[in-house]
Amino acid sequence: MNYIQIENNTTIGIAEIPEVSYPVFFDEISKLMTGQTERHCANYFGYRLNGKIKLICCLADDLTHQIYVLSCVVNNDDNLRSLSKELLCFEKFEREIHENFGIGFVGHPWLKPVRYPFNRADKSKTIANYPFYSIDSEELHEVGVGPIHAGVIEPGHFRFICNGEQILHLEIQLGFQHRGVEQLFLDKKSLLQRTTLAENITGDTVVGHTTAFSMVWESLCGFKPSKDIQFARTLALEMERIAIHTGDLSAMCTDVAYQLGSSVLGRLRTPMINFMQEWGGNRLSKGLIRPGRNQFPFTPALAERLAQIFTEYEPDFEEIVEQIRRLPSTLSRFERTGIVSYDDILSIGAVGMAARMSGLTRDIRSTHPFYLYSEMKHEPAIKHHGDVYSRFQIRRNEIRQSIKYIKEMLDNVPDATSEVNNLENSSPNAFSIALVEGWRGEICHCAITDEKGELLIYKIKDPSFHNWLALALAVRNNEISDFPICNKSFNLSYAGHDL
Amino acid sequence: MLSLFLIVIAAFFFTGIVVRTKSLASGRKGPGIMQPIKDVIRLFKKGAVYSKTSSIIFQIAPTIYFSSVVMAMLVVPFGQSKGLISFNCDFIFFAYVLALGKFFSIISALDTGSSFEGMGASREALYSMFAEPALFILMGSFALLTGYTSFQEIFAALHIGSYLSYALATLATFVLVMIAMIENSRMPIDDPKTHLELTMIHEVMILDNSGFDLGLLLSAGYLKFAIYGALIVNLFVGMVDYQYAIPLFFIIQFLMAVVVGLIESFMARFRMNHNAQFIVALTSVSLLIFFGAILILGKFN
Repeated sequence: MNYIQIENNTTIGIAEIPEVSYPVFFDEISKLMTGQTERHCANYFGYRLNGKIKLICCLADDLTHQIYVLSCVVNNDDNLRSLSKELLCFEKFEREIHENFGIGFVGHPWLKPVRYPFNRADKSKTIANYPFYSIDSEELHEVGVGPIHAGVIEPGHFRFICNGEQILHLEIQLGFQHRGVEQLFLDKKSLLQRTTLAENITGDTVVGHTTAFSMVWESLCGFKPSKDIQFARTLALEMERIAIHTGDLSAMCTDVAYQLGSSVLGRLRTPMINFMQEWGGNRLSKGLIRPGRNQFPFTPALAERLAQIFTEYEPDFEEIVEQIRRLPSTLSRFERTGIVSYDDILSIGAVGMAARMSGLTRDIRSTHPFYLYSEMKHEPAIKHHGDVYSRFQIRRNEIRQSIKYIKEMLDNVPDATSEVNNLENSSPNAFSIALVEGWRGEICHCAITDEKGELLIYKIKDPSFHNWLALALAVRNNEISDFPICNKSFNLSYAGHDL
Repeated sequence: MLSLFLIVIAAFFFTGIVVRTKSLASGRKGPGIMQPIKDVIRLFKKGAVYSKTSSIIFQIAPTIYFSSVVMAMLVVPFGQSKGLISFNCDFIFFAYVLALGKFFSIISALDTGSSFEGMGASREALYSMFAEPALFILMGSFALLTGYTSFQEIFAALHIGSYLSYALATLATFVLVMIAMIENSRMPIDDPKTHLELTMIHEVMILDNSGFDLGLLLSAGYLKFAIYGALIVNLFVGMVDYQYAIPLFFIIQFLMAVVVGLIESFMARFRMNHNAQFIVALTSVSLLIFFGAILILGKFN
């Protein structure tokens, strides 16, 4: 076997991952991936090892619930055959490896910089000289938006090539938000510092990333979280999903200038995040999750409070989504806008909500279940049209689903344990991987330790990394005035991509 | 002369009422009625900033735009009282003096060299072009019906006509409200609130204007709305005495502001490519008025 099969949330010795030559590595990945719709690349990265580069590829299989891991060692001046030529989902990963180490990928269609890390191989490539795809035509015109967002949220540059009002091509240039998070994980030695870093990978997926980090670190230290810790994290993940989806539905209404939907849904988001404050002291759930301990035990009093909040939330929520569903003017903006086909979604390897809106069942909660999801028998919400309205419906259905799960969970709240594990002995020469379904999709954290058990590399993949390309495909042939609604319906993270 | 004062007074409150209606409809308290005017006063105290790439066109355009609106305001009558200027075919003067202002606002948007403003300018030009036939067929039909060609005479004569002329006036109200929405870039054609450069029409054209210039453009916008309101009032007041006509003027302006606020609260903006269809549909309503006028005149045998 050229690869090892592991389950989600496990730690193995780094030596257990088979190391093969690049041609074998290439063939094995092609064989595993070609024509297999149930498999996708969860993470593919490299790190420096004794003057060479070690590449590690993790492929997730939705049917067998396994993760296939394989590795190979190459030199940084090698020119390797590109996987992206046949398997487009490796495109971004190969670009990242090329940018970090200078490894060439022969036949890669689009070998452009990703996020301009400080220690990149080619320092002459700067954010100012990004090679944009350009056109030479009298009829077409270019529209550049950003990097400063009109709403001053996060920076990113969007370059449209338009024929009048119609978008022919969109190129998204990111990297403005790069903070060197992965390097900071290695530099900061204390567990608290690292947890805080994980919380700040992207501000809207605090629970998702902190859970992924906790899973990785706890499994490196051989700590099995008790029932109440698992309960708290699962509940927090679902609460985050409800809060963000509600806020995004509100923002989608804002972008089509439907004031009623915007203000009602905006108001409904508030009790959700306020509950997080009641529970853990922060509306964005910062500080709620700490590896090795149950920082804020979920008490029966909180359970009663949450049940009451849902009783108030549900009627208003159902009324407004029904209103939006019936209103011709909102439907005419949502339907058949920003369509991404199933084939495109599959070939770019989209994950999470963006995959499910086109009929691709990709949901870590059901395919690689962790914590309480193993008992939940989660059925992913699926839509097939791939338009803005599908994304609207997915969010609506997932909110309903999450409320249902939480209500079931509230029936038996486990007793809190006061046990605290400081997680000081991480296993040496180990590889650990954790997949978590955040509200946006699959979050993947990988860690590799050296012989002393210290972190050698910490690798983070936010779902936005895959899904930005889906946005670029969605807006093709749409009107440029529909770009904001397409963008908001995905609501991807700049910080999560740029790290 | 009277119309001039009434329009200016109405313009003070109009946008404030629209904003307040929207706030109340979404369950918020909202700013005071006078807030838009306070904003304009604040802007008038400031200097303007000009980009190095823009030319003299960009600097004079706001003033021309504002004065074109003021000139259009001068020809609008009120019941028995004529506008400050009144002559035969003054409704054509009205339409084209507004178009002159619009022309300058379009070329000043192009002058900034921004791709957003270029898009906004092209949209504004397209929609105004589509809206133009609606206004002319409407006014032309009334001229045909009454046999006069100046605003004051048309409106005065219209009132004396049969009940059918009230039906026509109702249709005309619809057309004028919609033209007012298009000309002032309100919902459902344009959304002045989202502040997304890619989706706006009028707002995106004035992105580069600041300070005094912006104050001029905003106050011209307020005036423009009140002018269209005044035209609608004229369809109904005719020769009514002032003690009824003046309260009626303010009631109709108030109702129009509330209706605009409600439309903006309870529906989404049109898809950009549906706008053109919507505006062309207005022309067909105008044609209905035209056939109504011919019917009344007995031109059909």
